[in-house]
Amino acid sequence: MALQDLCGFKDSRWNFPDSILPFLSFPPGFPPSSSPSVPLPFPMSHGTTTLAFMFQGGVIAAADTRSSCNGLVACPASQKILPVHSHLVGTTSGTSADCALWKRILARELRLYQLRHGRRLSTAGAAKLLAHMLHPFKGTELCVAATLCGWDGCELVLSGPSLYYVCSDGTRLQGALFSVGSGSPYAYSVLDGGVRWGLTVEEAISLAREAVYRATHRDAYSGNCVDVYHITSHGWTRRDREELREEYYREKEREKVKAHRGCEGSSSPLGSAEAAGLDEDVRALSISLHMLEALCLSGDKRGMICQ
Amino acid sequence: MGWIEILDRAEVVTDKHHIRGSTGGGEIRRAPNLVPLRITCLPNDQDKMFKLSDKILLLCVGEAGDTVQFAEYIQKNIQLYKMRNGYELSPKAAANFTRKNLADYLRSRTPYHVNLLLAGFDETDGPGLYYMDHLSALAKAPFAAHGYGAYLTLSILDRYYRPDLTRDEAVDLLKKCIEELNKRFILNLPSFSVRLIDKEGIHDLEKLMPVGAK
Repeated sequence: MALQDLCGFKDSRWNFPDSILPFLSFPPGFPPSSSPSVPLPFPMSHGTTTLAFMFQGGVIAAADTRSSCNGLVACPASQKILPVHSHLVGTTSGTSADCALWKRILARELRLYQLRHGRRLSTAGAAKLLAHMLHPFKGTELCVAATLCGWDGCELVLSGPSLYYVCSDGTRLQGALFSVGSGSPYAYSVLDGGVRWGLTVEEAISLAREAVYRATHRDAYSGNCVDVYHITSHGWTRRDREELREEYYREKEREKVKAHRGCEGSSSPLGSAEAAGLDEDVRALSISLHMLEALCLSGDKRGMICQ
Repeated sequence: MGWIEILDRAEVVTDKHHIRGSTGGGEIRRAPNLVPLRITCLPNDQDKMFKLSDKILLLCVGEAGDTVQFAEYIQKNIQLYKMRNGYELSPKAAANFTRKNLADYLRSRTPYHVNLLLAGFDETDGPGLYYMDHLSALAKAPFAAHGYGAYLTLSILDRYYRPDLTRDEAVDLLKKCIEELNKRFILNLPSFSVRLIDKEGIHDLEKLMPVGAK
């Protein structure tokens, strides 16, 4: 390249920005220079519902907890929202292992940046860093689609909530609302009708839960529980993991109650006492199921990634 | 660009479209404000036009990550040249530099799949528009378009373009093209950003929204 030669510009094969090149340390031969593609042990498929949106109270990130693997549920209690640092959280979609690895690499690089420069890198910078790190793997099987949700507090950057979508195919977008994964169209439909800047924190959290719930209801690859994180200027806080099966039964009960109220006074095939008894049975069943689940999941309370 | 990309899950995705015309006094370019993502789209204000210098714009469409990576690479190199040498590259030189880079990467392991339009205003040569495709074929043209949108708009440009259009006439010509796209194009492109380059530099014109939903 004439101009590059004239300027004495180094040909960087991987297009890393020069400022981070000396700081990134990958093991030798990584990414492989000539890569005959290794056959995958089994076909991987990516299913999830993650979403994130900004509002006046910060950023809400929500995701389901089902890790699927080609038709079966590999783990019903995985963690798809990974904290990167105190004020940055990333939702993961795609291949779980890839996402977990790259989030850790990103966390490492951001911490190194903070130590070297004395301030936290902004969300935009973190997104750019991640996009540049993923670019050499474009065209390979690597699949990472993450939304970085953070609060920028540094005086050099505009302070406030910040949301970026980064994908391993090279996309990097800023926005106020993102949903990623196989369940994302369902989530978008719920969110587009409800997200506004002026939501209260409770409204925002319940909207995020509702969106994930609807997506898990329709999408086979999303399900089990929902995690909700809330990022503010003080950092991120995590809501307790909630079983969506409970939500489903609660909704069924609400519908039943509404139906009873609707046909109160008119003759119905079931006497109201019998119907109430049925309700109690359903409630008892759901409670016992819940206890069973709690017992099973108590070992997984930390919610580590399972493969 | 406007090419339908079939992804691994056989979902139809993406179309980007941009079109430009150059008139006697300057150049007008526009690009739709839309980011397609599989079957959904994200209404987004991401700019597809990259400012290479005070009077040069690069409009880059194509594969998702390649566009930004390549365009920013060219952008920073052009700015570096200015810092090192004290003067800016002319649009013709910038276009040829871009083409050389694209050609060099074409036969490497990591080719950039991008289609470009480069527009600039030169003090001596006047306005210039350069059309470049992903195989790094470069051509100077009075007007140009990439993608499926080109099939619909080039004939309008052929018919109504004159080298001595005024600024308002040029904007009207763009409006004609957008209305045609709104009418006949299968994808709904809700808004277009328009920029004008003349001897004073790059100016943002008001966004064009096609009238009436399809």
